Amino acid sequence: MEIKLRLAHLYPRLMNIYGDRGNIICLERRCQQRGIAFEVEDLELGDEFKPEEYDLVFIGGAQDREQRRVAQDLVACKGEALREAVESGVALLAVCGGYQLLGRFYRTAQGEDLPGVGVFDLWTAHPGPQARRFIGNVVVEWQGRTLVGFENHGGRTHLGEGVAPLGRVVVGFGNNGEDGGEGAVHRNAYGTYLHGALLPKNPCFADHLIETALRCRYQEVALKGLDDRVEEAAHAEAVRLATRKPPP
Amino acid sequence: MARRLGQGSVLVTGTNGKTTTARLLRNIVQAAGLRPVANRAGSNLMRGIAAALVESAQLTGEFPGRDHRLGVFEVDEATLPEAVAALRPKAVIFTNLFRDQLDRYGEVEHVASLWREAVRTLTETATVVLNADDPAIASLAAVARGRALFYGFGDVSWSVARLEHDADARWCSSCGCELSYAAVFYGHLGHWRCPGCGEASPAATVVGLGLESGSEGLRLIAALPGGEVAVRLPLLGLYNAYNALAAMAAAVALGAEQEAIEKGLGSFTAAFGRQERLLVNGRQVQVILAKNPAGLNQVLRTIIADGMQKDLVLLLNDNIADGRDVSWIWDVDFELLAGVPRSLIVSGNRAWDMALRLKYAGVGSSFQVEPNTALALRQALRGTSQGDTLYVIPTYTAMLQVRELLARWGGHGVFWQEG
Repeated sequence: MEIKLRLAHLYPRLMNIYGDRGNIICLERRCQQRGIAFEVEDLELGDEFKPEEYDLVFIGGAQDREQRRVAQDLVACKGEALREAVESGVALLAVCGGYQLLGRFYRTAQGEDLPGVGVFDLWTAHPGPQARRFIGNVVVEWQGRTLVGFENHGGRTHLGEGVAPLGRVVVGFGNNGEDGGEGAVHRNAYGTYLHGALLPKNPCFADHLIETALRCRYQEVALKGLDDRVEEAAHAEAVRLATRKPPP
Repeated sequence: MARRLGQGSVLVTGTNGKTTTARLLRNIVQAAGLRPVANRAGSNLMRGIAAALVESAQLTGEFPGRDHRLGVFEVDEATLPEAVAALRPKAVIFTNLFRDQLDRYGEVEHVASLWREAVRTLTETATVVLNADDPAIASLAAVARGRALFYGFGDVSWSVARLEHDADARWCSSCGCELSYAAVFYGHLGHWRCPGCGEASPAATVVGLGLESGSEGLRLIAALPGGEVAVRLPLLGLYNAYNALAAMAAAVALGAEQEAIEKGLGSFTAAFGRQERLLVNGRQVQVILAKNPAGLNQVLRTIIADGMQKDLVLLLNDNIADGRDVSWIWDVDFELLAGVPRSLIVSGNRAWDMALRLKYAGVGSSFQVEPNTALALRQALRGTSQGDTLYVIPTYTAMLQVRELLARWGGHGVFWQEG
């Protein structure tokens, strides 16, 4: 039986600024190396999202202006179907701006509330144009391992009752710089602030996502191990650099 | 002090091409009989400009030959408002606007809004020299009180099929519609038009009519108000043709004669790290600075253009001047390099990030990882045959390291100095 992973890439032309396409490149290669067919569909503004057609959804980060357009489209066009997909167990990874937009609302630096779609029970507020931006390397503890990446966000995210943080911040700011949480998990949906890109340098999380996505349609999924020496070296080195003193 | 420059000042800013454009313009200005005062490559914050002024002046604060002195300064994107306020330039040249070091400059739109503010404060007698093919740059004309002079590229044989993923200005700055393109040259540079409000690439005064790029450099034919010029430049790639067009347009704005433009460009030599060729132990070394996706994508396209295998060193640092975030390498099309390297070494303190990127780009696994820049360069030179060229592609702080190392080994010590 051919195993296939069907990915919906939301707004690749708008939400694409921080190298997050590295996540797609990584997923594709890790599937191909295991003989898993990999199919990506790009969904832009106005394109309908059909929950039953995908195993995994990805949305990356963007700039404020692009994010505004996407926020409108999510609410008007794709939001309900996305919620339905996540509630039925479809896997999802949302990074930075995409993560913020999948919460209940985003309060801009000017105090305006952009409605979110509520995939995650969380809200994000930008404390104003003078507030410090959270920028830097991040190390997160996740299920007894580390995740490493780079964050760059003005908004502070606060989790509601229905979600747990993805991990605990070891280095960096995470969701809000206060409660030590980074990212969010709800069912098989993951939100995070980590660029890097996230998945290539965190192959265990990449594989976890692939497995989770495939489990919805295939009962038995055992991913074969890959030669991850370069991945592990890049991960270890990034963790080491994140914990060093900042360079001049 | 800048007000004591008899000919005033011009500023060059933009994401990529500042240094090269400013140097090209200086050459033209010199050929026109003026004496430019310029900051050193990359020293493009206010203190770099101030240092240049102080170095050129006498103790009295006067400039020798003051009537013929013209300031030609490259200016950091975020420093432009301050530089405009302090120098009151008679022209500002904009090259392009791309995503660059987002952790340092903030969002692309933030840079655009800083520039709009700066352009609004220019006087009616100041000229803005704008890239017609970059929608984010061309739209600055709308806020200029003085003259806007455009340059652009017209040789559509260089166009690519469609906008690629690294295009940043896809949307009309007036009405927000998605732009459509009759031709795309690179990134979001091309012949664009808004289907919503009809705004389109403006007609350019300086137009690139024909371009050939070979291993020895560029041959560019351009239409200027005074007629056509044909120039040869020791630079590679379409992006450098844009820099040359920008410099020509600036020269036109300053009223330079056609003859001075041809002569000035004809005498050009590249700055260190901007494609200057060095000879080290019988090997040609070509150092090409690349610090953001648009720049590096252009460099890669240029390197692969002749279809020959290459000896390469890629250097990735994450110091503040490089941008602390190295995520941007995932927006670079390293897939283009598959099959190209004869030898390849990755280095810099983020060497392993680069190694991982190359692995996922399918470049193969035969490259070496050596985070220490000196060791990597030494090894790469050893691996390059006599008479062959080693291509070294560093980020900014890695470029400074490379410069120092090569100076030490080459023993010349002067080959990168600014003229």
